[in-house]
Amino acid sequence: MNSDWLMGLLGGGLIGTAAAMFLLVNGRVMGASGIIGGLVDRTGWHAWQERTALIAGLIVVPALMTMASGVKPTFLTDNLLLIVIAGLFVGIGTRIANGCTSGHGVCGISRLSVRGIAATIFYIGAGGLTVVLFKHILGVI
Amino acid sequence: MRAFFGFIVGGLFGAGLLISGMTDTQKVQGWLDIFGDWDPTLAFVMGGAIVPMAIAWRLVPGRAPVLGGTFDAPPDPVVDRKIIVGSVMFGIGWGLVGLCPGPAIASLSFGGFGGFAFLIAMIIGMALAPRAQTMLEHSRAAR
Repeated sequence: MNSDWLMGLLGGGLIGTAAAMFLLVNGRVMGASGIIGGLVDRTGWHAWQERTALIAGLIVVPALMTMASGVKPTFLTDNLLLIVIAGLFVGIGTRIANGCTSGHGVCGISRLSVRGIAATIFYIGAGGLTVVLFKHILGVI
Repeated sequence: MRAFFGFIVGGLFGAGLLISGMTDTQKVQGWLDIFGDWDPTLAFVMGGAIVPMAIAWRLVPGRAPVLGGTFDAPPDPVVDRKIIVGSVMFGIGWGLVGLCPGPAIASLSFGGFGGFAFLIAMIIGMALAPRAQTMLEHSRAAR
């Protein structure tokens, strides 16, 4: 098997283990957009401690890992306009849809939620069409 | 204790995102590039993540969370316009630069100014979402 796929499977296993732990121990669904969004619009302030602690772990552990390995695995575009537009779309979209890749994708599909499966089909479909349009037709990304 | 486990969960989540390649925007765009040079890695990430979570869901009925309280109530299982419009918007943003909310936070320490700018724009988008939702509801009422 391709080593990238193996790392994907391993990393995915860690993501799923994290989500399983958050559900069974804290009783919460591990959705990144919901955890941040609830702090932004104050609907999740009653659970601010576990939310901010989760975000802290999500920042600190990859920081330590990249410091130790020296690898900086991001190849983000330097087109700031594109970044800002994309950020706004991701922020508005995930809140309106009430979930993103972790919430609808991982937590939703794993309990065979129709909403989660539908959301995943729509965001992957829209993402795929966006890459086709902006990369292969317009050549912007 | 809730915060302690929150931190552990966030750390595991971040390690998983980093190891799997989800913070690598080129890899994510490669996975979305169905008509180009398609990179199937993210299917393995999704598969690897869904298995432990599927087991966890099976353990929920008849139990309470270890730290007490109740489990989050499952949402109303209706596929409405919000789910579709929101997910399409999210997908467009995800395709444009290759970042979704989890990896956007996980790559904060090494994502440079661009990564920081994305996160700020995403947070502003989240703050604007209730207004966007009202517009969406009004446009439906007008029809």
